[in-house]
Amino acid sequence: MWQALHEELAGQGFTCIAIALDSGGPAKTEQWIRAAKPTYPCLIDERHLTAELYGIVNVPMGVWIDETGRIVRPAETAATSDAFRRHLDRTTKQMSAQGLAERERVRAAYLGALRDWAARGPASAYALSEEQARQRLPVLHEEHARAAASFRLGQYLSSRGHGQAAAPFLADARRLHPESWSYRRQTWELEEPGKAGSAEFWAAVDALGDRPYYPPARLSP
Amino acid sequence: MSVTILYQERLPYVAAAEASGEDLWVAAGELPVATGWELRPQGACRGDVCVPLPRDREGNFVREHPVRVNLPALARLLGQPVIHEDAHGVWSFGESAAARRGDMQSLRAPDFTLPDLGGRAHSLSDYRGRKVFLVFWASW
Repeated sequence: MWQALHEELAGQGFTCIAIALDSGGPAKTEQWIRAAKPTYPCLIDERHLTAELYGIVNVPMGVWIDETGRIVRPAETAATSDAFRRHLDRTTKQMSAQGLAERERVRAAYLGALRDWAARGPASAYALSEEQARQRLPVLHEEHARAAASFRLGQYLSSRGHGQAAAPFLADARRLHPESWSYRRQTWELEEPGKAGSAEFWAAVDALGDRPYYPPARLSP
Repeated sequence: MSVTILYQERLPYVAAAEASGEDLWVAAGELPVATGWELRPQGACRGDVCVPLPRDREGNFVREHPVRVNLPALARLLGQPVIHEDAHGVWSFGESAAARRGDMQSLRAPDFTLPDLGGRAHSLSDYRGRKVFLVFWASW
């Protein structure tokens, strides 16, 4: 999806940059990157450093940055929705027609906003003023800063083959930053491959109740 | 003994250090390469920023013969989280929430350098002058 958008808009001074928040590194991400046949940069962030810098708590999320390096849309859900919670068959992994339609509607709206920004720059209604952008910045508490330091320690120990020593620090990262699905799913995956999409994941999603898994991007200013 | 220091976004650095409880004494000479900080007469400095060390508690921060610095004490002074695992001697120093909030409030997109699949490094700043759509994903 991003390759088509990048090709379409590259002539307007626009580029996609994809970042994989993935401690599995090239071994885990290579097949997906090759399948996308990207002409835009696809970068790999094994230590999740950019998640901390930009306040990324789930995937896919997007950030818009203008020509001067100013953030015009802080971290938000990018082109997806909670349709999977209501319309996905968890056994067959098939989405119902209604779910597909809902997902397509959300995707089209987000891509439309990106096209408008690429064409019109600061005149686009989707390019937020500084005031609007500040109001939408991710909330960052002391616990989140501790979560990041714990995650880094656990991830390092895990990468050195010390899974058992890593476990309490990975668990601390989840506990200290419970809104971060990327910490939750990455740390599960480090503990046990496949766990990020297991029954434990679905139980955590169901425990959200009425709260969103993907808070909708607020495209109207 | 030797410890591994994970200092913010820096690569892991192995240093000779003395660890005891919540203290970690690192040779002053290793401080710049491990953390970016260095001791100057006005205190601990990184680039143009200097933090005076409290005079009444200077012994908590710096010891002489040889000169060494208690890195967790400096981090605590700066409000930065410190987490350590003693069996393997690994110390993780984060950025403070207040500093991170300040950076975010500026709306300047923080720069980063990351490799692509081929190992080539890309920095966000390489793309200044273009509209950049950063999109985050993962295999998990």
